[in-house]
Amino acid sequence: MPGKLKAKIVAGRHLPVMDRASDLTDAFVEVKFGNTTFKTDVCHKSLNPQWNSEWFKFEVDDEDLQDEPLQVTVLDHDTYSANDAIGKVYIDIDPLLCSEAASVISGWFPIYDTIHGIRGEINVLVKVELFNDLNRFRQSSCGVKFFCTASIPRCYRAVLVHGFVEELVVNEDPEYQWIDRIRTPRASNEARQRLISLMSGELQRKIGLKVLEMGGNAVVGYLQCFDLEGESGLVVRAIGTACTLDKLSSGSAPNTNTHMPVFGEDMTSTSGPPTPFRALPTTSSSLPPFSPSKPCSRQSSSSDTDLSLTPKTGKNTWVPFSHLQEFPFFTLTSFPPGFLVHVGGVVSARSVKLLDRIHNPDEPETRDAWWEEIRQEIKSHGKALGCHAVVGYSESTSICEEVCILSASGTAAILNPRYMREGCLDIGITDHRFEEPSPPSCGFCHIPYDELNMPFPAQLTYCYLCRRQKVPDVLFTTINLPAEAAVTGKGCLIQARLCRLKKKAQGEVNATAISNLLPFMEYELHTQLMNKLKLRSMNALFGLHIQISVGENMLLGLASATGVYLAALPPPGGIQIAGKTPGDLSAEHHILTIQKRINDTIAKNKELYQINPPELTEEVLGSPVPDSRQRSRLFRSHSESSDEVSELDLSHGKKDAFVLEIDDTDAVEDIHSLLTDAPTPTGFYSCNTEIMPGIYNWTSGVQMFTSVRVFRLSNANLTNQGLNKIFTDLCENLLKSFYFKLRSMIPCCLCQLNFTVAVPEEELIQVGGFRTSLVCNETEEQLQFPLELCADPSSANCQPASKASGKNSASVDYGSFADRCSTWLELLRLKAHTIRRGSVKTISSLERSSPLPEGRSRSLRSNRSFGGISVTVVKMTPLSFLPGTRIIKYLGIINMFFIRETTSLREEGGVSGFLHTFIAEVFSMVRAHVAALGGNAVVSYSMKECMLMENPNKNQAQCLINVSGDAVICVRETDQEPTPSTASI
Amino acid sequence: MTMELDVFVGNTTIMDEEVYQLWLDGYTVNDAVRVRMDGGVMEECEASADVLLSDTMDQYRTFQMCERLLHSPSKLGNQLLFQIPPHRQAMLIERYYTFDDGFVREVLGKKLSKGTKKDLDDIGAKTGVTLKSCRRQFDNFKRVFKVVEELKGPLVENIHHHFLLSDKLARDYAAIVFFANNRFETGKRKLQYLTFQDFAFCAGQLISNWTVGAVDNMVEDMDVDLDKEFLQDLKELKVLINDKDLLDQHKSLVCTALRGKTNNLNEMETNFKNLSRGLVNIAAKLTNAKDVRDLFIDLVEKFIEPCRSDRWTSADVRLYLTHYNNSVHLLDTFKHQVVWNRYMDVVKSSINILHVRLDESEGLSCFMEKKKSQRWGSCSSCRSPHSLAPGQTGGGLRDLFWAPTQPGRQQPVGRTHRSGRRRSIRKKDSLIAARGGLPHL
Repeated sequence: MPGKLKAKIVAGRHLPVMDRASDLTDAFVEVKFGNTTFKTDVCHKSLNPQWNSEWFKFEVDDEDLQDEPLQVTVLDHDTYSANDAIGKVYIDIDPLLCSEAASVISGWFPIYDTIHGIRGEINVLVKVELFNDLNRFRQSSCGVKFFCTASIPRCYRAVLVHGFVEELVVNEDPEYQWIDRIRTPRASNEARQRLISLMSGELQRKIGLKVLEMGGNAVVGYLQCFDLEGESGLVVRAIGTACTLDKLSSGSAPNTNTHMPVFGEDMTSTSGPPTPFRALPTTSSSLPPFSPSKPCSRQSSSSDTDLSLTPKTGKNTWVPFSHLQEFPFFTLTSFPPGFLVHVGGVVSARSVKLLDRIHNPDEPETRDAWWEEIRQEIKSHGKALGCHAVVGYSESTSICEEVCILSASGTAAILNPRYMREGCLDIGITDHRFEEPSPPSCGFCHIPYDELNMPFPAQLTYCYLCRRQKVPDVLFTTINLPAEAAVTGKGCLIQARLCRLKKKAQGEVNATAISNLLPFMEYELHTQLMNKLKLRSMNALFGLHIQISVGENMLLGLASATGVYLAALPPPGGIQIAGKTPGDLSAEHHILTIQKRINDTIAKNKELYQINPPELTEEVLGSPVPDSRQRSRLFRSHSESSDEVSELDLSHGKKDAFVLEIDDTDAVEDIHSLLTDAPTPTGFYSCNTEIMPGIYNWTSGVQMFTSVRVFRLSNANLTNQGLNKIFTDLCENLLKSFYFKLRSMIPCCLCQLNFTVAVPEEELIQVGGFRTSLVCNETEEQLQFPLELCADPSSANCQPASKASGKNSASVDYGSFADRCSTWLELLRLKAHTIRRGSVKTISSLERSSPLPEGRSRSLRSNRSFGGISVTVVKMTPLSFLPGTRIIKYLGIINMFFIRETTSLREEGGVSGFLHTFIAEVFSMVRAHVAALGGNAVVSYSMKECMLMENPNKNQAQCLINVSGDAVICVRETDQEPTPSTASI
Repeated sequence: MTMELDVFVGNTTIMDEEVYQLWLDGYTVNDAVRVRMDGGVMEECEASADVLLSDTMDQYRTFQMCERLLHSPSKLGNQLLFQIPPHRQAMLIERYYTFDDGFVREVLGKKLSKGTKKDLDDIGAKTGVTLKSCRRQFDNFKRVFKVVEELKGPLVENIHHHFLLSDKLARDYAAIVFFANNRFETGKRKLQYLTFQDFAFCAGQLISNWTVGAVDNMVEDMDVDLDKEFLQDLKELKVLINDKDLLDQHKSLVCTALRGKTNNLNEMETNFKNLSRGLVNIAAKLTNAKDVRDLFIDLVEKFIEPCRSDRWTSADVRLYLTHYNNSVHLLDTFKHQVVWNRYMDVVKSSINILHVRLDESEGLSCFMEKKKSQRWGSCSSCRSPHSLAPGQTGGGLRDLFWAPTQPGRQQPVGRTHRSGRRRSIRKKDSLIAARGGLPHL
């Protein structure tokens, strides 16, 4: 049963003026949990009221504790009329329910109003007393830890990985209830915010129950999404990986007595079924299941047959999962060494559904069935690749009116079965790198499928590192680059962008049109990716994320990935241009120039990314691999082009060349667009994975940013080409402006660049004027240095200084914390590149010259923390770690949903001003919550949703933002002991 | 390509100091983009005009959102909306409150009222400061004025504490507030050669010697209002000129002390009574509000101009004043030593600075160059008066001091006229009048 929730309202500050006559406010606070409400006294005539209320106590079920948020409403007392609401704070008390997380929530929270934004701050104290409940039939799952981080959290050890958990909750959307016609926008927004908060609490509780059932105690890679389906409801769904985690004693070195998996021998038993064409590491474009199933009716039959083909071979290998659950999926993207044995390739599935065909929209069954279908399909794809598991798994939707595209993707892989059974997954072991029969630096590249049964050995070569196993020539995955992988040179961001027009249609016709377009889009995106990869002279993609979003009259596809040159894989061939009419001289000349440009670009890129693989002798290259048909398997898989390709003999000596054919103007355009990708400016690196391959020395300067752009298409009759160009330009410009904005931080690396595209709703009034919005979120920016830090004596000097100052200022005080970060960073920057000037410099020199860091930093702190009130610096990062720091405690998951609406769009600076303010407000609320939990950083932060609806004619706009992440306490890596004072502020 | 919406938000607020300055200077987004382009940012990092525009827009938006907080800088430190490192916050505040010397010189001593605000476009046009920037600066003055006028304790401290400004800037603001409150006349042509910093120096002297705060440090307005009792006491100094014996005694003491130390002894001797009468009369009249306002003009007319016409060097002036001041202590029958000291400390340093500045401006206009580094030192090249070439800019100054008929003659007429107008405004503006800070006209 029960728990006791206690809340205390301490004070408010910076409140807005509610009484025009006195320029003051008579504020009081309502604290609500469930159906119980308490009120504080009215604090008359003050903008900085001190309530210092008693402890308000709520005695509630722990089920409610998990579902409900604590609602704090600040109101202005009015004697004669109704009290005016100033704003609200929703406090998720979930982190308090877990003994290992935060023990108290205490701090300043921004008071948020959905119409006016942030209006002052309120200081609240919340505690929970939880009584043990051993009831077997309980509905609560207190104590299960949730992590957004898609890897084993840094201060934990995975005892056992149980596998996939998913849950889905449906409710009616308050926006679409009849009552919405009569209530105020504020009431409607608040109803929605509250509902979503409730639903995600419920979802989390249900998933927690599943985890407990499986015997786990935590969910990692927790991914929660909202589908605003409109009329048919509001869906909150989540997936994650259930684990049993053990907390490492803080600061101690990771356990080393782990059993490393034995590779090699196991291989034959784990090999997949002989499904020839599936052996492509890149299944996306070639798989029939990609043809999305027709709405509600036709399932892709191919996946069913696959299932029937394979179960026996796969079965014994996934014993550890199969008795536990249906889907051997893992939402993890980074793994402890040895966990991942082989990687097959990307598997994905999409399906188009009609939302208005749901029989009983309020029940989750239909959606459950939809996802079930998709997951089955993914599973069968995985098996076709000879893999028993799918890692880096994620699901997403794109909704436009009543059409919904469900997508799922992951990377087929073979995980170490022994590992699973013994459950001793551990992190941080790198020392047995070369003792293994199949070295971890290349082991995961080896094909998981049976080579003997492959009809086309052409695509396989012996591994360039160990020379024992076969590897494919290209590898696409959705996971992060394994830490132990051997990489040549640096990685880079590779993007494929595509726009496809479609006719405006309704219902089934529309759905059919979309599902017919999808495979072509996938194919084209894939071709683009492949071309760009070759152009950069790389041979593997990591973190591949393909997003297809649907609009009323177009489909947008955006694929982002990080290209890498894996040393184990063969070097990629060049790109060959072929003309269709060999006789035409001018055309040939044209082709030659293009060819030259391409070759130049490849050479330039090789230099840029420092890709200079050791030259291999002919002998090593291996004659067992016939190179007769070393064309792209893309062409092969598509019958219409494969014939033409094979007729041409364009291979570059022994290396396989990638042939691009110029047969019409479209192809010319495509090739041009290949070459128009602007190179990253010097000093910048970008990738969409957690760590930049090839760069290992990070500094702690982290800057997270969010950028949103919306572009209105002006021309009514746009062609596919025109759209593509605009879309590409949009993406390129966005990247360019990132580089520009962050120029002062050079050398810097943009990590976890997460692009999202959307085609927002279209009003019928704007005839032919379409709007494309490109939303780009969560971009992580970091500093790194190509120089060895220790090699530079001056930077070695300054490190101790910052270390010392970091140690003594244990409390995460704004002044000192910021100081030591900026100082450290600044000093390094000064040393490495003397490009910085300005006021910061003086601070760093001050800090450096101080022989007594303690006194100095204290004095600095007191100088800076204006008026004695300090604001905790909270860093935010989409990475699962903060470079240069060590996470000592996870405080719980942050999952917040905000709605902001305005009826004075122009006055707030237009849409840009509106959204700018809103995003800044969301950041500040996240920071405030983390700080209140006692944390100083958010890791694995992501902005899941950012939906903007505007109506400039009515001067209105509405925006929804959903953010999530893990609140943590981290300390500088150099600090020896975590200080207890940080835990409870 | 123009975006419908283009937003970039960082967890740590990203700000470019250069763009901030452009924003403060009142440039429009497009002008700022042009300036940045000319500045060569584009070549530096291969950016296009689009990128620059979008960046500038973003920054401008950020600054606009911050502006509200900058109005009460102490809020910036504990607000939660923007995560700005402390040194950045300090920079934002300091720059926001920094003003153009040219602009402040124009409004110095004027009432910070709506009427003055209406004239800002003229001032802007005259000083080359954009109207937007003028407004910001003017509003800053007004805001600081409003906040500190109700506070107890030292003025500079209060400004420093409430607006988190650097010591230097806080002192400048103290000067502005002080001048605005006492409405010292600074706009007259005779005072045109003085910069804001010169007045700020004088203000510092006045605040630390003549205000209520100089004797009592825990009253309201202690540093803003002149000490009425002290002003009353100044009347007693008249004895120095009215008592013939005392005057002669004083004169002989000064002359004895000066003997052998200067070349201008004769002029000093002949002018002594005249100069002394001038200074003491200024002191005696200070109970009158109008004369308080004209303090600086009076100092120039009654002391500096006679000195100029006798071609005293700055060193001469300093020497003379030192002995003029010290000799009084030797007068046994003079009983008001304390008041005298309090009066002369300010007058001495103010005259010194006014004279040095005049010397410099003469010399500088003579050489047609400006050397700001020499501001506080006396200009060695101008120790002796120059014969100015006619038609040069310096001619105006020379006219001012050597022409037998002063060009500023019509001024008093205008002044009475304007003060009449002011009175009518002041009735409406109960705020300042109620403070009793301004002596009644």
